Amino acid sequence: MTRRYSAWTLAKEGLRGQTGWQPAWRTPEPKPTYDAVIIGGGGHGLATAYYLAKNHGIRNVAVIEKAWLGGGNTGRNTTTIRSNYFYPESVALYDFALTLYEGLGRELNYNIMFSQRGVLTVAHSEGEMEIAARTVNAMQINGTDAELLTPAQALDKAPLLNRDPRARYPVFGAVWQGRAGVARHDAVAWGYARAADGLGVDIIQDCEVTDFLVENGRCAGVETTRGTIRAGTVGLAVAGHSSVLAAKAGFRLPIQSYSLQAMVSEPVKPCLDTVVLYMGTGTYLFQSDKGEIVVGGGLDRVPSYAQRGNPPMQRTVLSGMLEMFPSFGQLRMLRQWAGNVDVVPDSSPLIGPSPLPGLYLNCGWGTGGFKSIPAGGWLLAHLMATGAHHAISRPFDLDRFATGRLVDEAAGSGIAH
Amino acid sequence: MQLFPCPFCGPRDETEFQFATEAGKALPEPAGDVSADRWAAYLYLKDNPKGVTREVWLHSTCGEFFLMERDTVTHAVIGSRAMGGEA
Ligand SMILES: Cc1cc2nc3c(=O)[nH]c(=O)nc-3n(C[C@H](O)[C@H](O)[C@H](O)COP(=O)(O)OP(=O)(O)OC[C@H]3O[C@@H](n4cnc5c(N)ncnc54)[C@H](O)[C@@H]3O)c2cc1C
Ligand SMILES: [Zn+2]
Repeated sequence: MTRRYSAWTLAKEGLRGQTGWQPAWRTPEPKPTYDAVIIGGGGHGLATAYYLAKNHGIRNVAVIEKAWLGGGNTGRNTTTIRSNYFYPESVALYDFALTLYEGLGRELNYNIMFSQRGVLTVAHSEGEMEIAARTVNAMQINGTDAELLTPAQALDKAPLLNRDPRARYPVFGAVWQGRAGVARHDAVAWGYARAADGLGVDIIQDCEVTDFLVENGRCAGVETTRGTIRAGTVGLAVAGHSSVLAAKAGFRLPIQSYSLQAMVSEPVKPCLDTVVLYMGTGTYLFQSDKGEIVVGGGLDRVPSYAQRGNPPMQRTVLSGMLEMFPSFGQLRMLRQWAGNVDVVPDSSPLIGPSPLPGLYLNCGWGTGGFKSIPAGGWLLAHLMATGAHHAISRPFDLDRFATGRLVDEAAGSGIAH
Repeated sequence: MQLFPCPFCGPRDETEFQFATEAGKALPEPAGDVSADRWAAYLYLKDNPKGVTREVWLHSTCGEFFLMERDTVTHAVIGSRAMGGEA
């Protein structure tokens, strides 16, 4: 039976007609009681289960997913991983995630195809270059890599960029983060699932959490479509559905759910080997390993739970792409989709205890929580195991809205929501 | 492209509108007695319902705020009307 993946097992299975592979995780029936239950089988939920088992030795754990594992935003995102934020609290969080990503393939024994091809954020005017310089300074002071590029250096990174001197958004310079990149989204979910399962975690798909079990004012478990499951501690990692579950637990969150969409073109020969974002258009794109051009942009501006996406934003994103890469006008788009993202007023996540004792939050990642999956899982596991914050998650507690100590990345790094 | 009904201008393109806030929020008063938690709840907490919702929208073209009831899953608009002093 082939459990560990390696070049040797690949060769061996090739010779044996691929008959020895095992399913990457089990499909167990839910047990009546666990030490810890995590709601939501996206990247954050699965990573939480893995780190509970790995870092804290808590292995009697279940991840409860209403549909299929990784079918939420984790399987719908454009996979960009970076840490070019403004505030020290944010850089500490996202750089921790990036550092964990750098060793993740080996750690999970699963090829997550992390490609550190760099992110190029292009500025178009003297004023934007000042903002760019400020971002680069902040990133360097916070201890992560960042460089300010001249127009020639920027064009060198992405030669097909629009060189027309009369362009609406000319290339005036750029911020470059070389350690940033992209990874295979499904592989991150599957890799964590397989590794968590290997440590004894039950991954229960097709099981929706419908309510909370509250005893003596404390969360004692969950009601699900497959019965009651009791738990010593409960974690919530359901992204766009956080408010729906919060309502069942009797509290409200500073979250609005929106659709965020993306598109891919037909596959073409290699022509773009970094991730490019324009400050002016808000459109960003890169080329997938299969050759498709993957394109994304801002939120649909209508609060929504429809995983669909409205046409006006498609037009904005695609016109942005044509401004950036005029030659991409020849591309045919193959697919369009949307995810249901959880947007917080300061564009920073919510990690910490919820108003219901025994229930802990990991949500509010909005348009940017793929890059943070290893950190989000690590920090929620720490909270659930110890009942206390890790130093990195402390600033992201819900209490920041009452104290006024927001981590305003909407203003700080111009996250477009 | 979806059409939203402005109570003043009739059905217009969704791109002409801006979402402002959920309806039904009341300014906590008197200011001196409002705790930080109540103030934070007023400013930031949302119902964010999955399904029918009542919201305040701005029709940027005519500059009027109005109330709209709609479904956040199907995007069907149930109705809209001018604000009558309340939100
Ligand atoms: C189009 C798009 C592009 C994006 N691009 C990027 C990017 O380039 N870089 C980046 O860092 N981030 C990006 N993001 C954001 C990123 O995808 C998310 O922040 C991240 O995947 C959130 O992970 P999660 O595990 O919290 O949520 P999800 O992956 O959404 O998982 C939550 C899970 O909870 C389940 N669930 C919900 N309700 C229940 C219930 N009642 N019971 C049981 N289970 C339930 C859902 O089915 C779902 O599987 C993008 C998002 C989208 C939509
Ligand atoms: Zn009007």
